[in-house]
This record gives sequence, C-alpha cells and structure tokens, in this order.
Amino acid sequence: MAIRERMSGNEAMAVAMKQINPDVVAAFPITPSTEVPQYFSQFVADGVVDTEFVAVESEHSAMSACVGAQAAGGRAMTATSANGLALMWEVLYIAACSRLPIVLACVNRTLSGPLNIHNDHSDSMGARDSGWIQLYAENNQEAYDNLLMANRIGEHPDVMLPVMVCQDGFITSHKIENIELLEDDKVKAFVGEYNPKYKLLDKNNPISVGPLDLQAHCFEHKRQQAQAMMNAKKVILEVSEEFYKLTGRKYGLFEEYKTDDADVVAVILNSTAGTAKYVVDQYRAQGKKVGLIKPRVFRPFPVDEIAAALSRFKAVAVMDKADSFNAAGGPLFTEITSAMFAKGVFGPKVINYIYGLGGRDVKCSDIEVVYDKLLDIACTGKVDSVYNYLGVRE
Amino acid sequence: MSSKKELKTIAPDVKWQDITEGGVMPYAGNAELFKTGDWRSMRPVWLQEKCKQCLLCYPVCPDTSILIDESGKRTDFDFDHCKGCGVCVKVCPFKAIDFVEEGK
Ligand code: SF4
Ligand code: SF4
Repeated sequence: MAIRERMSGNEAMAVAMKQINPDVVAAFPITPSTEVPQYFSQFVADGVVDTEFVAVESEHSAMSACVGAQAAGGRAMTATSANGLALMWEVLYIAACSRLPIVLACVNRTLSGPLNIHNDHSDSMGARDSGWIQLYAENNQEAYDNLLMANRIGEHPDVMLPVMVCQDGFITSHKIENIELLEDDKVKAFVGEYNPKYKLLDKNNPISVGPLDLQAHCFEHKRQQAQAMMNAKKVILEVSEEFYKLTGRKYGLFEEYKTDDADVVAVILNSTAGTAKYVVDQYRAQGKKVGLIKPRVFRPFPVDEIAAALSRFKAVAVMDKADSFNAAGGPLFTEITSAMFAKGVFGPKVINYIYGLGGRDVKCSDIEVVYDKLLDIACTGKVDSVYNYLGVRE
Repeated sequence: MSSKKELKTIAPDVKWQDITEGGVMPYAGNAELFKTGDWRSMRPVWLQEKCKQCLLCYPVCPDTSILIDESGKRTDFDFDHCKGCGVCVKVCPFKAIDFVEEGK
C-alpha cells in the first residue's frame, strides 16, 4: 500500500532523496531550493540515512564535490536554484562530459538580473546545452516520482549522464499538496545499487579521471556523449514503464491532455500546465476543441515524438517561461519549431508566448488569451505575430 | 627507456564507439609512452667525474628523468622525457650537471 501524505514539493524531493539514500549530498542553500538540503540534513542528523552531507561554501564547490564523490564510485546528489545553478556552470559540463550520473534537484527560479527570487525557467533553460538530462514536473507528485527515476535513468550503462529534475520554485516547491509516497523498501529495490564500470576507489584497478583531452580524442568523447543522450530516450521510457508497474503512475516523454480531437494545443512546462488543464476543461464544456501538451523530458528533446504529435493540430502555442533573447522566441519554441521543420511537419501554425517571467502570476485569464488566439488562427489561418509576451503591461 | 611492465594506452586512431567513457584512463603509468623530450631547448649534461652521488637532483626532477640503477646510484638522464627545465642543474651542489643549448 502506498503512503498517502501531504507535503510541499521541496519536502517531496527531500523525502525522495532520503529513500534513495545516496552516498554523498553536497549542497549550498539558495531560495527556493534551500528546504531540500535543509530537510535532508535533518535526516542525516537523525541518522535515518547513511549519507555524508557536505556543507560546502558555494554551489561551485557543491557540484565539484558531487563530481569527486561520483567519480569515486558513489551516488552523489545536490539541489539548487537560479544563481546557484549558474555558479555550478562550468562543473555541470565537467560532470556531463566525465559521464558522472549525479542527480540535481533544480527548483526553478529566475536567473538574476534583475534580482528576483521567484519562478521562471531561465536557470535550467540556460543549462540546457550542458549535457544534462532534464525532467520537468507539474506538481509535488511528479517532482518526487521524477527524482525516484533519475538515478536509474542516469546510471544506465547506455547513458551514464547526470540528471536534473526541475519543478517550479514556490508555486510547487512551497505549496502543500496531497502526494502518494512509495514505501522505503520498494524505493530501495527500484533504485538498486550503483556499480559503475570505473571508480577511483577501486584500488585494484587504478584510473585517472578528467585528463587533458586534446585534438586526438576530445572529438570522439563528444560524439560518444551525444550518443549517450540519444540512448537516454529509450532508457527513460523503459524506467518509466517499470515505475508505472510499481506505482500505477504513467510517465512518457510528454503528457497529452484532451488532445484526441483537438484543433489547437498549448505546449507548457511545469506548474502552469495545471492551470491550463483547468482552462481546457472550461473550454471543452463550451464545445471548444482545445488541448494541452506538457513536456516532461526536455533533454533529450523528443524530436520525432513531439513533431508527430503536433502534426495533428491546426494551431500550436508554445509557452516559454524563459526568453532566449534571440529576438525570435524562447528555448522551447525554437526547439519545437526546429523539430517540426526537421521532420517535415509544416501544417500547424505555431506561435510563441513568453510568460510569467520573474514570478509574474499566470492566471486562467492569461491562458484564455492564448486559446482564444489559437482558435482565431485555426479559423482564419492567419498569424499576425509569432513572438509574443503574455501578461506584460503594455 | 625499457619498461618492465607492458604499458597500455588509448590508441591515437581509436573510434568513438571504443574510447573509454568520459576520458577515463584505466591504465596506470602510461604517461611514459608520451615522449616529451623533444620539447627541450636546453639540455642537462651529467659530468660523471664530478658527481658525488648525493642524489639531491633525483627528487626535484618533475619528469622522473634522472635514472637510478639497481645499486641506487644515479646514471644518465632519460632524454625521452627530460624537458630541459634546469631544476637539477640549480640543485646540484657540486656543479656536476652542465646545461647547454640543445643541438650544439
Ligand atoms: S646532485 Fe649533482 S652530485 Fe648529487 S647526484 Fe645529482 S648530479 Fe650527482
Ligand atoms: S633538466 Fe629538468 S627535466 Fe631534465 S633531468 Fe633536469 S630536472 Fe629533470
């Protein structure tokens, strides 16, 4: 029997970490992810985990300590947000290229500046090319579930890549909602042991990690890293299937909500997808054929699947809680439109909305603007503006 | 320099499918296969007759290029790896190491 509880998204992530019982957690506090290591250090103090908790002096050190611990042969985890993630930047790339499946709980917060502690996706979106797998979560349950699956995905021999599990700062990280937890022994059996091929603490087989890698071999390592990310898609689906059998909770590369006969859809990450589901229900009650696609896996990007899914609609709005400042559209928009182009999907009209930056509240009325616009485009076939800001005063 | 054990390394023509993940070097001691001697512009010359075998030069060489024989005495330099940094020249209290321009 699963355990019915109620807790915040941060506590849910900390509980997942407790059940995973990693060898090392190295973390530095930053709003809104602070509670994750805070709860976790309490578990350490209470002796309910075997983890070595390293209270580092910065996020750069947090990720560096994780790299060392993981290279030694242990499981390492951390949590951060916004500028904390930015301070980890160079080490994020080193973790990925060194093929160290570290797991990071990313509680999304806008990356300064301007200085702001609230939610958008500019932190993790900035790290999208660092070589980390990225999973996104609508609520505390998905944040917990994704975190439980993260080790299995990252540590798979065909993958060996670090995994970032993202949820929305404050909106889900601090909101207390119902949740279903797995029993400790079931998590332990599901997550299993970490047995990497190479580990620094294997004294009978000495290795060097992170050597100088020049023109002769660096390119081959990058090609191999690209393959690992390609392999990750299959592994994510396999692990998710196993998780479904264990919990009854089904996860794919993205979730489709009321899309079967939809004319138009919005594509939305994380908590705002929940708001959009409510609006979809309202519009459906009025007979309007609207739907929602909520990506769960952003890295690897499900190019084939998302292009095929979107090919069925007349109009699509891609919603970005981060701007790329490329004067053309946000990161999710450019990924989706390039996926559609590459796969020869030219039917749907696609527009982009930048929304909710710096924690600007996203209300049902905002989502209604999007669906109204999409229904208008589906009707007229005309797009007057591709790159738009939603809910900004103008 | 002859080595007692067989040294394995990552081949220069290895394909991406076969290279170790993340650049891990699973074979110890193979820096020996990387010849750094041709980086040298200055060359240390061991003056055997002045040498007192005090061995002060041996530990300072950053490239382990001062070779010691079975009886614990220094012999000539390992010119496959000596980079010509001159540290041993400075350290020798008996001026038993000359330092000359390479190629002269
Ligand atoms: S320091 Fe000079 S004298 Fe001493 S062993 Fe080396 S070369 Fe010989
Ligand atoms: S010159 Fe430098 S590298 Fe060469 S033997 Fe002397 S200390 Fe070693």
